[in-house]
Amino acid sequence: MSNPLSDMDKPDVFFCIGTNMTECHPVAATRIKQALQRGAKMIVADPRKIPLAGIAHLYLPLRVGSDVALLLGMAHVIARDGLADNEFIAERTKGADEFLEHLKPFTPEWAAEITGLNPADIEKAARMYGAADRGAIYYTLGITEHICGVDNVQSLCNLALMTGNLGREGTGINPMRGQNNIQGAGDSGAVPANYPGFQPVNDPANQEKFSKLYGREIDSEKGITKVTALNECGKSIHAMIINGENTLVSDPDRAHCQHSLESLDHLVLIDIFRTETAELADVVLPATAFGETDGVCVNTERRVQRLRQAVPPQGEARPDWWIVSQIAQRLGIPGFEYESAKDVFNEVCGLSPIYTGLDWDRIENAEYQWPVPEKDHPGTPILHEGEFKNGRGLFSLVKYRDPAEVVDEDYPVWLTTGRRLQAYHTRTQTGRSAGIDYLLSEESLEVHPSDVVKLQLTDGGFANLTSRRGTVKIRVRASDQSPPGTVFCSFSFNDVPVNILTGSGYDPITETAELKVCAVRVEPAED
Amino acid sequence: MNATAEAQTHTLILDDTEVSFHEGETIYEVAQRAGREVPTLCYDKRLEAFGACRLCVVQLEGARNPVASCTTPAEAGMVVHTSTEAIKKHRRTLLELVASENPEATINPLRGFASQELNELLCKNDVQPGRFQGQQSGTSNGDDNPFILRDYDHCISCYRCVRVCAEQEGDYAITMMNRGFETQITTEFNNRLKDSACTFCGQCVQTCPTGALGDRKAMRAESLPGELEKTRSVCPYCGVGCQVDLLSKEDRLVGIQPAMDGPANEGALCIKGQFAFDFVQHEDRLTKPLVRGDDGELHEVDWNIALDRAAEGFRKVLKKHGRHAVYGVASGRAPNEAAYTMQKFIRAGFGTNQIDNCSRA
Repeated sequence: MSNPLSDMDKPDVFFCIGTNMTECHPVAATRIKQALQRGAKMIVADPRKIPLAGIAHLYLPLRVGSDVALLLGMAHVIARDGLADNEFIAERTKGADEFLEHLKPFTPEWAAEITGLNPADIEKAARMYGAADRGAIYYTLGITEHICGVDNVQSLCNLALMTGNLGREGTGINPMRGQNNIQGAGDSGAVPANYPGFQPVNDPANQEKFSKLYGREIDSEKGITKVTALNECGKSIHAMIINGENTLVSDPDRAHCQHSLESLDHLVLIDIFRTETAELADVVLPATAFGETDGVCVNTERRVQRLRQAVPPQGEARPDWWIVSQIAQRLGIPGFEYESAKDVFNEVCGLSPIYTGLDWDRIENAEYQWPVPEKDHPGTPILHEGEFKNGRGLFSLVKYRDPAEVVDEDYPVWLTTGRRLQAYHTRTQTGRSAGIDYLLSEESLEVHPSDVVKLQLTDGGFANLTSRRGTVKIRVRASDQSPPGTVFCSFSFNDVPVNILTGSGYDPITETAELKVCAVRVEPAED
Repeated sequence: MNATAEAQTHTLILDDTEVSFHEGETIYEVAQRAGREVPTLCYDKRLEAFGACRLCVVQLEGARNPVASCTTPAEAGMVVHTSTEAIKKHRRTLLELVASENPEATINPLRGFASQELNELLCKNDVQPGRFQGQQSGTSNGDDNPFILRDYDHCISCYRCVRVCAEQEGDYAITMMNRGFETQITTEFNNRLKDSACTFCGQCVQTCPTGALGDRKAMRAESLPGELEKTRSVCPYCGVGCQVDLLSKEDRLVGIQPAMDGPANEGALCIKGQFAFDFVQHEDRLTKPLVRGDDGELHEVDWNIALDRAAEGFRKVLKKHGRHAVYGVASGRAPNEAAYTMQKFIRAGFGTNQIDNCSRA
């Protein structure tokens, strides 16, 4: 997030797109609800009539995968109606002339054609966000899990740049991170293109720094992504170590994923449960869990917080860092003589510019949001204040593309997937917590009542859901939360492995799968 | 910048001492800041002041009757007494009235964050129940949900639960029905919480000052031996990063309470953070390393054998297929130290950048 969570009481206008916040980030959503009670306005764009849509001042039920068209249409209106912040554009951005020229053909009528929205609503959204003194954008995986995920994010950046809604309180571009420490994993360098602290691996200075620190020459080329690595299993990749991920259930195209992991010579898994993925591993190592582990995690607003141990580990479970270090030591890799999580974290602070001002003791009270470039630095709650890291904000000349799969005669229904309030990911944790089943005991397919009739389904009965990659049997639940022509379910239940169906395409830059769109057919099935 | 300090332009006299305050502060807030102990029952600093319990009354010179300090704005030149004999007597009488309406009971602190507030006040003010013997209010509710006990015999109608649900959560799942002595907290159509707009975030439980609402999951541990301990940590689910206090008794994790001063959540939690913690000590947890045997099955082994086997597999692949053939996937669920050592394992061990995390799916 460019702005802190506490900023959520400051915007005049929220623009929430592709974020089912009340179910996926419920505590952040309470801040929005409070802001609305105080008079803020909200635009919600989402194919499904999610709870946030019910309290929005303007709800835009766009077709799945048509976000770029909506955002181009809004940008067109903002430019056309003189709502752009010309001062901000002149002082802080680059490429505005080309961008404004680029926008000309993308009228609200053009966008309406693609998104299925009413052109007047697109104009209204543009005027609400464009005229706001403080406009804040919030998004989640509904934006990124598309073949055009990067285009979607850049389109949102364009809107914020052209209206000057960046680098100030109550504004910004705010992705809500879905996992407790996904931010920290990236911060710590567990990405193929960056060393810890987002230091690019292809910068010779960084390569030299880390080669020296780690005592060996490290490639200057970035590594491959996990998505590519799974494609390469048995070809160029022959061994994997996976920490705390139930890859088989959470990743797209389950059959492909299973085949990939089975093609490895050696698979080591570090986890807290014997997951579906563990069944494919050669070695499974038990890690300590939440409540048993001392450590550090970083939230969606870049706040660096301490995790503390309250109870002893179950059985012989050991901390992840200890397990990895033990394997490293057995392979003769130097620099793994850590005695505590504190040792490890302090090493990271010493080599990562975003954590330079931090150490284990300084984060005791969770006061700091990175970057914290020096010891006396107060941290950086708001990014891009005064100037952008790279100088000027660059407009992107984004164009609309169809999803990897579009509906046709054989697969006439859009399937979009997501999460539910009471379940987390593949339910390895929520599914093992007493009481959750009282509220959510099985997965169901959300189908609009008119489609239930049209597709000859029965509310409460079963349907076969078929994509080009497979079939899944699932209970049908009539609900007008999904629009006609689009069905929804979560990927949380292993007995309804919906990721058998997904995996139609990937964003060419991030290689994030298009989990939010897939063409299916829905047919009645026997109980 | 210190906006508070700049705005503190007014002063008033609080218990013979001049104190400064800023526009918009109530007498209660000024007294709190000055370290005065003013008792409350209906007050939760996250909510609009309500003025229902009247325990926070203070003597205001020039006013005929004591005023509720939580709803009275501070004004320049006010002369306030927070703890005169008359005020103390007044508060004790109020507490006696409250106490006589409810059954005498020890409330286990496992019921909720604020559950001890009433009993602590009774104790501190040496209040003996029974002075106003009579009918008792409230009736317990047969709601069978596994999360929230609704034991309205202990309800004092402070409406903190109703207000936190509306003001903080924006859910409006609960409300009150009837008037006066018959007042009852209820849901729409007086049904189970499951049939209401309730999301089971547990906020009503944590703000209840009497334990009328209780955390049923934590209460399972009432009879467990050992001291109740609290350990500050961070919720393991989404990226919001809500701070929590882990409740433990000896080696058991028995419950979760929200950290009222957690910077991301300021006391709020959702159903997952509040109630979905049993996985930690679930019988399905991996407790020993496993390696795949010649029979194709996973077998429990000791750490040395498992770690040797893990290392040996990488050594073999390195020799046969080269250093780029080894790939690491770090977790977005484990701490920074896990991700850092994973990337170091790949970079320092194999000299490649064949490392990623689970953010792409």
